[in-house]
Amino acid sequence: MKLKDTTRERLKSVAELDALRRKLKAARDPKKVTVLMCMTGCRAKGADKAAAALRHEIGNFRLKDKVDIVETGCHGFCSMAPVMVIEPFGYMYCKVTAEDMHEVARTTLKTGEVIERLCYEDPITGARIPLNKDIPFYKNQKKIVLRNCGVIDPTLIEHYIERDGYAALGMILSQGVKPDKVVEMVKKSGLRGRGGAGFPTGIKWQLAHDQQNPTKYLVCNADEGDPGAFMDRAVLEGDPHTVIEGMLVGAYAMGASQGYVYCRAEYPIAVRHVKMAIEQAEACGLLGDNILGSDFSFHIKLKEGAGAFVCGEETALMASIEGERGMPRPRPPFPIQSGLWGCPTCINNVETLANIAPIITRGPEWYAGMGTETSKGTKIFALAGAINNTGLVEVPMGITLREIIFDVGGGILENKRFKAAQTGGPSGGVIPADFIDLAIDYDSLAKVGAIMGSGGLIVMDQGNCIVDIAKFFLNFTCSESCGKCTPCRIGLTRMLEILNKISRGEGVPEDLETLETMARVIKDSALCGLGQTAPNPVLTSVQHFRDEYMAHIVDKKCPSLKCKALITYSIDQELCRMCGICSKSCPTGAITGQVKKKGQEGVPFHIMEDTCNKCGMCYSMCPFGSVALA
Amino acid sequence: MDKITLTIDGKEVAVDKGATVLAAARAAGVTIPTLCWLEGVQAIGACRMCVVEVQGARTLQASCVLPAAQGMVVKTHSPRVREARKMILQLILSDHRMECPTCARNMNCELQALAKEYGIVDIPFEGAKSSVRIDDSSPSLIRDASKCILCQRCVTVCHEIQTVGALFPAHRGFATTISTAFDLPLGEAACVNCGQCALVCPVGAIVERDDTEKVWHALADPDKVVVVQTAPAIRAAIAEEFGQAPGKAVTGQMVAALRRLGFDKVFDTQFTADLTIIEEGNELLHRVQDGGPLPLITSCSPGWVKFIEHFYPELLKHVSSCKSPQQMFGSIAKTWYAQQIGKKPEDMFVVSIMPCTAKKFECQRPEMYDSGVQDVDVVLTTRETARMIKQAGINLLELEDEMFDDPLGESTGAAVIFGASGGVMEAALRTVYEVVTKKPLENLDFEDVRGLKGVRAATVKVGDLDVKVAATSGLGNARVLLDAIRDGKADYHFIEIMACPGGCLGGGGMPIPTNWPVREARARAIYEEDKRLPIRKSHENPFIKKIYDEFLEEPLGEKSHSLLHTHYTKRGV
Repeated sequence: MKLKDTTRERLKSVAELDALRRKLKAARDPKKVTVLMCMTGCRAKGADKAAAALRHEIGNFRLKDKVDIVETGCHGFCSMAPVMVIEPFGYMYCKVTAEDMHEVARTTLKTGEVIERLCYEDPITGARIPLNKDIPFYKNQKKIVLRNCGVIDPTLIEHYIERDGYAALGMILSQGVKPDKVVEMVKKSGLRGRGGAGFPTGIKWQLAHDQQNPTKYLVCNADEGDPGAFMDRAVLEGDPHTVIEGMLVGAYAMGASQGYVYCRAEYPIAVRHVKMAIEQAEACGLLGDNILGSDFSFHIKLKEGAGAFVCGEETALMASIEGERGMPRPRPPFPIQSGLWGCPTCINNVETLANIAPIITRGPEWYAGMGTETSKGTKIFALAGAINNTGLVEVPMGITLREIIFDVGGGILENKRFKAAQTGGPSGGVIPADFIDLAIDYDSLAKVGAIMGSGGLIVMDQGNCIVDIAKFFLNFTCSESCGKCTPCRIGLTRMLEILNKISRGEGVPEDLETLETMARVIKDSALCGLGQTAPNPVLTSVQHFRDEYMAHIVDKKCPSLKCKALITYSIDQELCRMCGICSKSCPTGAITGQVKKKGQEGVPFHIMEDTCNKCGMCYSMCPFGSVALA
Repeated sequence: MDKITLTIDGKEVAVDKGATVLAAARAAGVTIPTLCWLEGVQAIGACRMCVVEVQGARTLQASCVLPAAQGMVVKTHSPRVREARKMILQLILSDHRMECPTCARNMNCELQALAKEYGIVDIPFEGAKSSVRIDDSSPSLIRDASKCILCQRCVTVCHEIQTVGALFPAHRGFATTISTAFDLPLGEAACVNCGQCALVCPVGAIVERDDTEKVWHALADPDKVVVVQTAPAIRAAIAEEFGQAPGKAVTGQMVAALRRLGFDKVFDTQFTADLTIIEEGNELLHRVQDGGPLPLITSCSPGWVKFIEHFYPELLKHVSSCKSPQQMFGSIAKTWYAQQIGKKPEDMFVVSIMPCTAKKFECQRPEMYDSGVQDVDVVLTTRETARMIKQAGINLLELEDEMFDDPLGESTGAAVIFGASGGVMEAALRTVYEVVTKKPLENLDFEDVRGLKGVRAATVKVGDLDVKVAATSGLGNARVLLDAIRDGKADYHFIEIMACPGGCLGGGGMPIPTNWPVREARARAIYEEDKRLPIRKSHENPFIKKIYDEFLEEPLGEKSHSLLHTHYTKRGV
């Protein structure tokens, strides 16, 4: 069925929706060769060029009628980008290029044969794994939120409908499920807010439901801003309708008639896909007035944020929607009592909303069957840092850090030693290697001083300096502070200045005490969540890695050799082959010596410490490994 | 109203539902320190000085925005609270250009007072400071970002009370600063110079431009005849600068002090306030007879005039063409009075003592050179004037009362009430009534237009005509009236608008603090002064009669037109 330029008819009842779904399913030929190409994140690695090449080759091989290309959202396996999955075989090809496409068309598409060299290579065994489902990265995941990501074309509502999309909405409307019953289901599922704090979604909806004001707003918080986190982005880019359906169910449950998707403008594809999704849902009568012929009406507007991290904070987000500078407001009143324009406003995160449709269709008991005592369902993490399989993973709550890092994540880069993990981005904490068997849920993370946060997970090995990491996060929160309250605006700056001092080798032992006191006061007195959590990376790193801080302060050494002021470069006189490359590459002229020429004696090269600016150029340029770092 | 009971520092206290913990603490006899909070202006919980410990709460809570709740248990000075407050103060001070002895707000600075109260003797945090960026582009106000503590009171007063919106926070994090649109210098921004920002600033980040040296210089110049005029509101407030409680008028002592400073003549802006009533009253009668444009709106307040020039230029036809009393005084002093003493305008030096920072702008307007030179040379605020008096070692409160000089020192009760919102209206009604009806007015007190807040409207029977009037102050209120005029929904004949909340007695150049209780006390002093004066109607001022007989000839006549009236500029935003 050609869907790209289709005109959509308004569905006037749930029966019409069901009929459309049946029609779409019937039209699907399970044997047809279908190439699923990530056209969101993988674009950065040239997926669009590969797709164009593949189209060309399909034409050349006269396969146009036999092969479908589906431009999907993120498959999650970012370190293998660009990726493609070829159904019905289930092959996954990694790091594909435009040049590979001739062979892909000639071999796999034409004959169904696998091209081994494009398959995933296990970093430990070296074996090629052709099937998507056999790759450890995928095998250990449980995809609920990401069920459609990488599978459907997010720009076509029909793809979503075909895969039971809008069935939750249909169920509620056709069976006349009462709003309080919907709230009850979400409560029973145990779903907690995925934005970071983990407030039970059902209770939030109950509070919204109980508000007497006839005007209520439901806001989808898509202002994902943690460095290195892209869970919400992937969902919005790859499956926007699941978020819209979650909003519809929520609006129905709480009695909201207007919704907003507050999406950061730095996500152009997400913005485009959400816009298209809203338009298509409206055209189909799934959004707007009298949805599917019922009395239920709900409208969604997209509001693009202008790039402030703090606008992910609920009250700042609302200020931004209202057209004000994005600065948090004190609470109470809570948004659920008095939010947008003084009306009750329920704010849910993208991932939270994406869980709703499966909870309704498969039942809260099913959902509550996954996870731990206090945290149900799955969680998406964005794996980054010193880990082999960087990307997006969805795993059940209660999984251990070890399972995420080693089973799903494929272990530490270059088989180095795991040092620590940072969850929750700049608001989270550093978890040292001792806690590798910690079963991850909201409460266990809080116990070790970290937070679940939105799902960023940064893995560190011995090459990462803990002071440097703390500096990185604090630098981020310092520059993203809205400037409204004193502890955050000035306090964080002062903390960062102390960290900078320590990494310059100018720290004194009392600095640690000052840092801890300041961190405590800022956490206790800042106006909003940003300020109250910003000291966490410093606090947890001082707590778990005090020795490493002391090495900087007392020994004036950076054990990870990261802090420039505390490292020295030197040339091993024995190993120096007197080629002079180091000297030529040195930007400050700090390296002297004499090149050994044919028939002449040379002088081994030497770095003058006073002139060296620690750029590391000589270290990386020396062909003989003669430059030492200490 | 529903009462709730909570415990503050072990003491039970009952407060109205909706009260904040800060207010509840005050009811319990506890003053919680604040910097960004300001009663009637702002409660945003930004500075965090007012944090308290609330049983069951995870973090400390800002009491200025925390509603008191039944059964709440609050500690206002626990070790945890004190540690936080002290650190917050130290943090603020670590990014504050501490030049206290040379700061205009030295000894009247909320930050300085708190630092003293909390025994801050050192700032343990060395580090970056906000750069010194002094904006002295405005004739009225000087801003120094390096002293700003980002409390945002100025922003709130400018946006919400004045609805001017010239100031707002810009940039993020440590670089956050209070700025104008496109970071324009204040003198080029759509600022009306009302100075309410300076009035609420807890520190010295926004202060009036200090013009006292110009006056000292003139006083020392033997070739200049230096005359001074004092606005009505000054006498009701200047004693506050000398430690007196608000509400005490010291007219005679003020005159004596100014004379001691060396002014050749001490005159009164109230003289030209009476003159304004004659001119403006006649303008109103003409407009009523000629069919408009109505309503006629007063033009005494230069902040208000610039506001309408910026934001409602299409309504400028409603503004009276009368100059403000200050500017009428300037042109009369440099023409009529100069002639009388045989001086040329350029030999005269006219100083105004005003409650107002916008007057500094007004005197420099190109329209205000009708004597051939700048009509008013220097405007001093109440605060600057008090500084001069102190510098001269004059103990104002111990001086014997003295009288203003003739002929520009004689005035009426109608003129003194110009200092309070509604006063111009009341003064005008006293005159218009008698001019129109030719009958004496029995009750001179038009209570309906008195009162400092909101918009007051009244209908007054003047002969056959029901004169509909309204008075308001504060530009946010002015906006309400202007919108109504624009939409054809304001069928008033005459409206009084003053830029500053409460009128001139709440002016941007007045003693700090100026809050509602202080404004009310000053208003009482002003209305007492009105009652005390033997003549209470402008048209009965003998020197007003004299100036028309000898010089101006008739209201709205040719001479009046050239010296006492002006025109306006469409500025836009």
